[in-house]
Amino acid sequence: MSMNSHHVDPPERLPVVAFEDRMATVEFRVGQRAHIVVDSDVCRSCTTQACVTACPANLFAPTSDGGILFNYEQCFECGTCYMVCNSQGALTWSYPDGGHGVVFRKG
Amino acid sequence: MPENVHDAKVWDVVVVGAGPAGSAAALALARAGCSVLLLERGPFPGSKNVYGGVVYARVLDEILPQWWLDVPVQRWVTRRSTMIMTGHQALTVDIRAQNWGKAPFNGMTTYRPDFDAWLAGKAVDAGAVLITSTVATGLIRDGRGRVCGVRTDRPGGDLRARVVIACDGVNSFLAKEAGLLPAADAGHHTLGVKEVWSLPPEVIEERYALGRREGLDIEMLGCTRGIPGGGFLYTGHDTVTVGVVVSVEALAKAKVRPEELIADLRAHPAIAPGLRGADLKEYAAHLIPEGGYRTMPKLATDGLLIAGDAAGMCLAAGLWLEGVNFAIGSGLAAGAATAKAVRAGDFSAAALASYRTSMQANFVLSDHKRMKDAPKLVLNERLHAQYTSLICDMAEAIFTVVNPEPKPRMTALLRRTVKDHGVRWRDLAKDAALGGRIFR
Ligand SMILES: Cc1cc2nc3c(=O)[nH]c(=O)nc-3n(C[C@H](O)[C@H](O)[C@H](O)COP(=O)(O)OP(=O)(O)OC[C@H]3O[C@@H](n4cnc5c(N)ncnc54)[C@H](O)[C@@H]3O)c2cc1C
Ligand code: SF4
Ligand code: SF4
Repeated sequence: MSMNSHHVDPPERLPVVAFEDRMATVEFRVGQRAHIVVDSDVCRSCTTQACVTACPANLFAPTSDGGILFNYEQCFECGTCYMVCNSQGALTWSYPDGGHGVVFRKG
Repeated sequence: MPENVHDAKVWDVVVVGAGPAGSAAALALARAGCSVLLLERGPFPGSKNVYGGVVYARVLDEILPQWWLDVPVQRWVTRRSTMIMTGHQALTVDIRAQNWGKAPFNGMTTYRPDFDAWLAGKAVDAGAVLITSTVATGLIRDGRGRVCGVRTDRPGGDLRARVVIACDGVNSFLAKEAGLLPAADAGHHTLGVKEVWSLPPEVIEERYALGRREGLDIEMLGCTRGIPGGGFLYTGHDTVTVGVVVSVEALAKAKVRPEELIADLRAHPAIAPGLRGADLKEYAAHLIPEGGYRTMPKLATDGLLIAGDAAGMCLAAGLWLEGVNFAIGSGLAAGAATAKAVRAGDFSAAALASYRTSMQANFVLSDHKRMKDAPKLVLNERLHAQYTSLICDMAEAIFTVVNPEPKPRMTALLRRTVKDHGVRWRDLAKDAALGGRIFR
């Protein structure tokens, strides 16, 4: 931009990080056992489905029949989902077996 | 698992969780001559842990003199900014203190996998036994209901102890099992998400006006789409960390994805230029207990103490987000109280009561007590939805030259800005008084 321009630069175009690329930066030592289990039948009658937007790893996918499809493999073990879940019995939440799950390098 | 860890051995103390609280407790206990087992579910201490980025380590002065000689530091924080922002404005209060760059130092940026492993190493050097990759899955009680050990996810994995110290962090399932914490409490927890971006050290030093090994810490308000919370930016040696902390309850209600809030922050005109050309190294998330003093649980039952985030010891008071030093402070206090109980051979809640009293006498509970209303202010919707933009508009108007009009009077400007933002004077006065009380 020339020195006598009358405007500041337009807002910067930042790299858009695709969600898969974002999650690919995290190390997971995936265990055999699903440490979180979601009962999709309970989710079908859930009025908030708050887990869908709140989970930082985006692991709760709404299904066409109003339920939830969940995969435990790329989980931060943060606890947000059980904190926001408003339906008894929808989530069975535990930590992965010792040594498994997320491993942060720059936490 | 090493030999003899299980057997029929009764440990003086089993400490669950090798975060700052657990390692500090184990260090104090081992120094006091107790047999200590330090249990960690991750493959190494710190592997499960996430924070923003600054540790204030003076709490270690006594137990680890000259801790700064070998602590794994990224940068010594010599510059601290508080930034109040809207989408297109930022008002920054910036302090630089060169004293913070020399011993005994103030804050340091460091990664938790490095720092936590270092502190756990100090406990091991002092004689604690560290077992990693092992989850404590529950409490063991004797016939009279006293806690006398933990179950683990290892085959035959029961561990017996005279006292168990639960330093298992936010979500503490041991404290929940003991009935000390509610099963879920979204209203008193925040979610922190962060991204670590890499840049060459010289570029970081130039962009953030830092000398070699010097670091910057920015705390931000008004960057979370009105969701109670805030943002942060910390410089590492060759990384810049940006993230947000938001009320779990309000985030869920707002139906906003957490990483979008970081993306907003990265695109902000006050932040974006600093990150030009950087590469994403890691994305991470973790909860913070933010209830403070008013929601702090009971700290002891027979045979069991809780410390650190498990006991809600993290101080989250707007200007301050200090959890690691509070975790260490409570861990050291728990260790000292337990060593006393072991010497006396009495592990009842009453015998462990010096844990609480010693923290009332130092910063841990004094600071918490003084700032017991901070969560009310920090998680106040008005602060985030109205005050931040009110302050920015006011500052912009003060520095906008509108000749030939004369400069507006400050009082008139304030009246107009308050009105424009639909803020009621009554609320403003009430919130200002609350702020005044908390930070007096
Ligand atoms: C986004 C964010 C930003 C923050 N910023 C800062 C900051 O800049 N400065 C600051 O001082 N504080 C900050 N904090 C707060 C700080 O991280 C915490 O207060 C601190 O880590 C608490 O230490 P702790 O030892 O109590 O718990 P943790 O650090 O959580 O340690 C708990 C340990 O227990 C282990 N564990 C848990 N359950 C079990 C089990 N059942 N069996 C075995 N092991 C188990 C875990 O793996 C972990 O290692 C921040 C927190 C977050 C989330
Ligand atoms: S909030 Fe709970 S019940 Fe509702 S969809 Fe999510 S997991 Fe299911
Ligand atoms: S623990 Fe956290 S990352 Fe894992 S599923 Fe729940 S909300 Fe998502």
